[in-house]
Amino acid sequence: MKKLNLLIVGVGGQGTLLASRILGTVALKLNFDVKVSEVHGMSQRGGSVVTYVKYGEKVYSPLIEKGEADLIIAFEQLEALRWVEYLNKEGKMIVNEQEIDPMPVITGKVKYPEKILETLKASYRIYSLDALKIAKECGTIKAVNIVLLGVMAKLAGIDKNIFLEAINEVVPAKVLDVNIKAFEEGYNYHN
Amino acid sequence: MKKLMLGNEAVARGAYEAGCSVAAAYPGTPSTEITEYISKYDEIYSEWAPNEKVALEVAIGSSIGGARAICSMKHVGLNVAADPLFTVSYTGVNGGLVIMVADDPGMHSSQNEQDSRFYARSSKVPMLEPSDSQECKDFVKQAFTISETFDCPVIVRLSTRVSHSQSVVELSDKEDYKLKQYSKDASKYVMMPAMARKRHVEVEKRMTALRKFSNESGLNKIEMISNDIGVITSGISYQYVKEAIPDASVLKIGMVHPIPEKLIEEFASKVKTLYVVEELEPFFENQIKKMGIKVIGKEKLPITGEYSAQLLAEKLRDKKFDSNEASNNAVPVRPPVMCPGCPHRGMFYVLKKMGLTVSGDIGCYTLGALPPNEAMDICVCMGASIGIAHGLEKARGTEFRKKTVAVIGDSTFIHSGITGLIDIVYNKGNSTVIILDNSITGMTGHQQNPTTGFTIKGEPTKQVDLELLCKSVGVDRVTVVDPFDIKEFEKVVKAEIDADEPSVIISQRPCALLKYVKYEGSHRIVQDKCKKCRMCMKIGCPAIVEKGDHLEINPALCVGCKLCTKICGFGAIERAGE
Ligand code: SF4
Ligand code: SF4
Repeated sequence: MKKLNLLIVGVGGQGTLLASRILGTVALKLNFDVKVSEVHGMSQRGGSVVTYVKYGEKVYSPLIEKGEADLIIAFEQLEALRWVEYLNKEGKMIVNEQEIDPMPVITGKVKYPEKILETLKASYRIYSLDALKIAKECGTIKAVNIVLLGVMAKLAGIDKNIFLEAINEVVPAKVLDVNIKAFEEGYNYHN
Repeated sequence: MKKLMLGNEAVARGAYEAGCSVAAAYPGTPSTEITEYISKYDEIYSEWAPNEKVALEVAIGSSIGGARAICSMKHVGLNVAADPLFTVSYTGVNGGLVIMVADDPGMHSSQNEQDSRFYARSSKVPMLEPSDSQECKDFVKQAFTISETFDCPVIVRLSTRVSHSQSVVELSDKEDYKLKQYSKDASKYVMMPAMARKRHVEVEKRMTALRKFSNESGLNKIEMISNDIGVITSGISYQYVKEAIPDASVLKIGMVHPIPEKLIEEFASKVKTLYVVEELEPFFENQIKKMGIKVIGKEKLPITGEYSAQLLAEKLRDKKFDSNEASNNAVPVRPPVMCPGCPHRGMFYVLKKMGLTVSGDIGCYTLGALPPNEAMDICVCMGASIGIAHGLEKARGTEFRKKTVAVIGDSTFIHSGITGLIDIVYNKGNSTVIILDNSITGMTGHQQNPTTGFTIKGEPTKQVDLELLCKSVGVDRVTVVDPFDIKEFEKVVKAEIDADEPSVIISQRPCALLKYVKYEGSHRIVQDKCKKCRMCMKIGCPAIVEKGDHLEINPALCVGCKLCTKICGFGAIERAGE
């Protein structure tokens, strides 16, 4: 792809930042101009988090606006619903089926929306999977992010080896093996 | 070599390449990573200072000593460092002195949205503003040169979007900077009235020279595209302008103080309609209008919050965006919460239960103001909790004081809480202060501080003993207690607020995210034993959730801190076991 606007959305603590770092490295290896924007702070503590990854010939604004994303990786169902309007008409969304209740749901102020996947699938191109389970089977629940990157690499049609190189550079050596395995599982999930 | 770098990382790289050898800071989002990245360069001495004022003083000392020095902070940190800033503007420098300040439009993690450019103007210090990571690196290097050429500190202003976005940076080699000679010069470095008066004259001369420099420096650039629309902008707004109005000519201001007046006049004369696009205050706009030039700015653009390309297109081009209308209003918000296993949770549970008025401070524990805890009533700025509690007592008397506590983190207490405590003791107050000692600076992502016993490089060092410290300023009642020992904690709070003398409670338990904190693993609710009294929900652990007709613990979130087991009166919560 000549240009890609990608959003990574999830809940603070889920490993979205590492995923964005890997993607930034991939874009650099593809010889694109790239910007990755992550805002953290308060939101690191279990709040909604979003990272924008933009690459192409020349990138100015680091932000991606509503209706502009080619691809969204959602680490959690509710966050998928929250950010779906950022997807463009042809856009694809990868959804991790995990559910994490936000505080207003926990305190009973509002309900966790029902049938999110069905709702999304009715109007968008959704690729969903239980990445938490897959990561656990690979050896660590922390590898959810890499499973999802595997799915993303396949959907975006990006050379697998470039991804593996990037993972090699960014992920600490002692957890590299599980992460490579997690990547492969994700890559082969939606055939 | 090309590398993808965070704006803050590029600043660190710029300092390294410029041969800077001293860095000091107090952590504050979004500026924190600057000094974290600097600490990885062995060529640069780096430190976490107790607060921004001290950090700047250290950098000033190093500069006077002949080294290139850098000091980093967030916008509200500059309020703390403002005192030395205004005077170092008079003394000038020896080695280059660069002050990094990161503003936070949109207040992603701040208590206000102030615009640091006004500090540059009122302290008469030049200010640069980069708009991506490459410029972060380049501008920092230029700032050192400007500092030495004009004998003044230079402020480099960032914003959250620049600090926290990664873009491509071309790396260069490190300059071989030699420590400058230090020579005694009281007329320059001792700012008592007679000498300061002379220095002020120098400062004004310097401003004249800098105004000229601003027009010629190349930091400010005109990009002519058409004669219809012109935009004057800086920093991250430049990127939004390029994307939203690609057919506009742009004057990109890299030196935001003093502004390049000649260039602005020249640019204004070339275009029919002229806009000023700047986040936060109309800083350029008012100065340009005063020059008698017609510009459109805040009448069309907001003074609050962050900008975006879409916002500019909407406001300046009347473009409409049809967003893919999902029924988005129905999506529950997800505010930040204290982590599962957070040591503050037990403390807030007790304070809430006791119905106390809580004067709070800046840190993770500020989240205690949000549901479900809702146990904090006031929070103004770093270190203010203690002074405010004292003020409440002086205004409302003993009865009110006996229902009031101040809560403050360990790092915040050292930053600017200790002076408040001294004030209470000195002025015969009787407030109770709870220091939340979680053995780290939590909110900004785990920086060491004087109470942890480690330096920025993780080297062991002397550790401030909070107990002894409080005693030594005159507090006789100091108690250390574990906030997860709920019964004991409540007993202690009760005794201390009743006492007619000042007291400190050190609420001690390490942050749940520290690597060495190992709890025994996830717990579960035994449904047979659960009486659905919902007591466990009161602590507000995000792992405990309601699922239809019953309560559950989310195993992916629970760390096994066991706090909930102490609240449950029916022994219904136990170790999950794999
Ligand atoms: S406190 Fe215990 S009995 Fe009550 S709802 Fe919670 S788990 Fe059930
Ligand atoms: S043990 Fe209880 S309070 Fe602690 S993290 Fe697990 S559910 Fe939350």
